[in-house]
Amino acid sequence: MATMRYQQAVRLALTEEMERDPTVFLCGEEIGQYQGTYRVTEGLLDRFGPMRVVDTPISEIGIAGMATGAAMAGLRPVAEFMTWSFALEAMDQLVNHAAKITYMSGGRIQCPVVFRGPAGVGTQLSAQHSQSLESWYAHTPGFKVVMPAFPADAKGLLKTAIRDPNPVVFMEHAGLYGLQGDVPDDPEFLVPFGVAAIRREGTDATLISYSRGVHLCLKAAEALARDGIECEVIDLRTLVPLDIETVLQSVRKTHRAVVVHEEWKNVGFGAELSARIHEHAFYDLDAPVERVAGADVPMPYAKNLERAAIPNDNDVIAAVKRTLS
Amino acid sequence: MAKTTVERPAEDHIQQNELIDLYRLMLRIRRLEESVYRLFRDAKIGGYLHRYDGQEALVAGVIPLLQLPHDKVLCTYRDHGHALACGTPAREVMAELLGRATGCAGGKGGSMHLIDPPRGFLGGDGIVGGPVPIALGVGYALKYRARMLGGGNHICVCYFGDGAMNQGGVHEAFNMVGLYKLPILFILENNQYAMGTSVARSTGQPDFVLKAKAHGIDGEKIDGMNVLTVRDAAQRVIDRIRETGEAYFLEMECYRFVGHGIGDDNTKSWTTYRTEAEVNEWRKRDPILQLGNYLQDRGILDTTQMDAIDAEVRQEVADAIAFAEASPEPPLDSLYENVFS
Repeated sequence: MATMRYQQAVRLALTEEMERDPTVFLCGEEIGQYQGTYRVTEGLLDRFGPMRVVDTPISEIGIAGMATGAAMAGLRPVAEFMTWSFALEAMDQLVNHAAKITYMSGGRIQCPVVFRGPAGVGTQLSAQHSQSLESWYAHTPGFKVVMPAFPADAKGLLKTAIRDPNPVVFMEHAGLYGLQGDVPDDPEFLVPFGVAAIRREGTDATLISYSRGVHLCLKAAEALARDGIECEVIDLRTLVPLDIETVLQSVRKTHRAVVVHEEWKNVGFGAELSARIHEHAFYDLDAPVERVAGADVPMPYAKNLERAAIPNDNDVIAAVKRTLS
Repeated sequence: MAKTTVERPAEDHIQQNELIDLYRLMLRIRRLEESVYRLFRDAKIGGYLHRYDGQEALVAGVIPLLQLPHDKVLCTYRDHGHALACGTPAREVMAELLGRATGCAGGKGGSMHLIDPPRGFLGGDGIVGGPVPIALGVGYALKYRARMLGGGNHICVCYFGDGAMNQGGVHEAFNMVGLYKLPILFILENNQYAMGTSVARSTGQPDFVLKAKAHGIDGEKIDGMNVLTVRDAAQRVIDRIRETGEAYFLEMECYRFVGHGIGDDNTKSWTTYRTEAEVNEWRKRDPILQLGNYLQDRGILDTTQMDAIDAEVRQEVADAIAFAEASPEPPLDSLYENVFS
């Protein structure tokens, strides 16, 4: 076990998998000579050389096609988007190619590709660079969607992603890159997809989130505990596949649920979670499922407006209290 | 009436049996394509349906020269001929068109998504410029295998139409292929029209070879109605790509004799973007007619032998249709299979 930052855990996963499997290579903007926009790939060009750490021009369609085509031809590419906002350029290659080729071919082609990079909101990056779009990918059959909240998961889930024979959307959170945590050294440490983690046990309400939202939930749960309200906090870790069973079991125990995410509320992933809980645990609920989510606006620049657009722990506390009232 | 025959552009190094194979392959594509509109009208084929009539030389002159399945082929949705040329049996092509379990994609792809990876055919792509960025990746994988994993000097052949030349992703991919120097043969199937929009109406710079060169990819334009011209150029260029590892761009000037798709099948709607006279003019350069005349002039085939080949080919198509019609639909419980591997 070693203590390291979330960003270092991502790098460790890349390094170990490249050491293990010679078909793994990386491509993306500024990942090599520049050492990575967020320094995630620092040192990898020197270690693995330019065939395996490929600096690309600013060409997201090209990056997505390069990774998808190479995967179709039997390699295991890991493509970095400098931010997931820039992946919008590549939607046709992602949605109409990577996600569909296995199905369209009746299973005759595998597409073992990972698309990774930072997502999430904040730091006054404003409308085009500060958004969370995981539901777009979760909505599309053919993608697995992974959003780690902790350094150990960043490592273990990314290694699982690289070994998975399918396209994986791996969304890191730029706001978590500096987060410290214990990370297993074991090069066979893998975190399976579709298994949620209960980060805190409780009896009064279930808080369900992923990525940075988990940290909001934990902070809110701590504050609520001081008032004698015990919340269970579930970290989904992967949106697709979704571990709905862990969620339902918890809701059957607590009878209340609050879903939390940074992406927009309208048609956001919380709507899917809420619907599933209502479909499968309606008679266990003592209150309607609450959603805490980003304001349905393009992200504003001004600090006060941005603060108002991003969910915080007080929003979570208020939502829990509404379910208890 | 003066016959249209192939002018031999290079020294005659092709064997007589290879010439006959070329003729047979083009005829197989033509006869299969001629059968599909009736099947569509009988509601046996659905969706979109894009025929290759007139463009047969583009695949017949190239794909038989490849080292399949190690070399790879990609194309767009006008893909029936590419599948046949890669060796996919007509039965599996037809079964896919009819949406049957025995189709080359198990009935999940349809006309636009024929695919046959064990034969090196990585598929038809329903998006106009879609296969070009994919080819970048396939080409990178081939170079990677050669450099890093002890693979051979294999190449990727990527077909796409003139309409693709106006899509952004194509130019991103060209730029990266020129940058990384990848073993890819790009074949521009310039059939003069992107659906109903002519080249003249879609770009201010119709010199497509210039556009490839702008990205660091060498290239040339050739007559795609003459299968021997295509074959000679392809052989020269494929050898060059294997030797240098660098991409090449072949613009093949050609013409589709029927509409873009089932939607403009009839003569009436052709008049919205092209005239019957124009179509008839191009039909005089029919690649099958040209090669047939050449074979006759050279005494390689007589009309009796050509009729016999035609009869065999028609029988193959009839057999493919019968096979497809007798094949089961995909089982309903396969609906959720293959979303993931």
